[in-house]
Amino acid sequence: MLLRFDWVERVVHWVNATLFGVLIFTGAALYLEPIGRLIGRRALVEDIHVYCGLALPVPLVIALSGSWGKALRADLHRFNRWTKEDRDWLRALLRAGPERRRSLGGIRVGKFNAGQKLNAAFIAGSGLVMLGTGVIMRWYHPWPLTWRTGATFVHDWLALAIGLVIIGHIWMALMDWDAMRSMFVGTISRTWAKRHAPAWLDGEDGPPAPER
Amino acid sequence: MVLGMLGLGAVGVVAGSRVQDGLDAALAPLQRLDPTGLSGLLPGNYFRIYTVTDGYPYESDTNYRLTVDGLVDHPTVYTMADLQAMPATRLVRTFQCVTGWRVDNVHWQGVALSVLLDKAGVQTAGKDLRFESFDGVYTESLTLAEAYRPDVIVAYSMLGGPVTQEHGGPVRLYVAPMYGYKSIKWMSRIQVVDRVEPGYWETVGNYAVEGWIGDSNGY
Repeated sequence: MLLRFDWVERVVHWVNATLFGVLIFTGAALYLEPIGRLIGRRALVEDIHVYCGLALPVPLVIALSGSWGKALRADLHRFNRWTKEDRDWLRALLRAGPERRRSLGGIRVGKFNAGQKLNAAFIAGSGLVMLGTGVIMRWYHPWPLTWRTGATFVHDWLALAIGLVIIGHIWMALMDWDAMRSMFVGTISRTWAKRHAPAWLDGEDGPPAPER
Repeated sequence: MVLGMLGLGAVGVVAGSRVQDGLDAALAPLQRLDPTGLSGLLPGNYFRIYTVTDGYPYESDTNYRLTVDGLVDHPTVYTMADLQAMPATRLVRTFQCVTGWRVDNVHWQGVALSVLLDKAGVQTAGKDLRFESFDGVYTESLTLAEAYRPDVIVAYSMLGGPVTQEHGGPVRLYVAPMYGYKSIKWMSRIQVVDRVEPGYWETVGNYAVEGWIGDSNGY
């Protein structure tokens, strides 16, 4: 078996997942009147939402800041590197059914495919935007009124987009039980890697997949 | 890409107010055609329901009473029917929350606050107003001069129907030129006093007592 995610990455993932879950739930309660009516305690829900939002970058920052974050840092490098294979991969997505499968099969994908890279970049960027707009909404005194309205606008629509992307993320995980299992236990089979991440297996995109 | 998103986010904050207006105009015809009502979940200019207590207080139209007292010659208790029998003021104005969200073109109907004050006969010592909500917690304030503005009404109708429970029904205040926190919901008492008593958010949240829309509302 190969180690896909070490324990630091798994802890960060699940802490983040929990925070996102709480943010989505409390956000829905603040945003949708029928849910808010059921739960009540608006001030408390608001505080939970704000503090979970502020806490969002913390696990990632802690994980990156020490010797324990080596695997995570290596994976971030992978996320940030856009290769010709990624472009081919995205182009192949545009093709129809069997044609698409054939083109995708021929691409030597690294540990993460272009879709996963896009997802990571989107979540990172939108997380920061949500943080900024959330701060304007919560501590609005210094900002002009139109900025507050604008921040609300961005926060609302981006929340919707993030929600859809997360549903997509969970959907993809459910479609690939081996990949999902590796986010719980860390390891994944060599067969899976050969099919989905050949360049990772052979060490062509950073350190090769470590054996476990 | 992350930087690009940050840039877009910043543009959204600065221009979002106008973009939302355009989007609302574009989506409105589609939402009228949407039989599922799911499009109502899309972000837009609609009311977010705030309450400072758990849940919403309830009072029926028949049991509702509004007390006008304090430094007045004729303390009065109004029923819903009394208010509805008085000359009505209709306004179509924006509801603007201090935190940024707003709802355009809201239809309001009620009795001008000045009418109730004139009937009560404000004494010369009376300088300010204190409003109470029957949620038992929320209070608000206005100066007498502000209260006499024609766009300050005791509303029993909004959005084309009775003021619903979550919007502060049966009767709430609507102070059109000021942020939403001045428009007290579930209003049960108007008391004429001799000095400004800061309201709930002005005490708990350090909001400006003068909540004019457009002001930064800084400390």
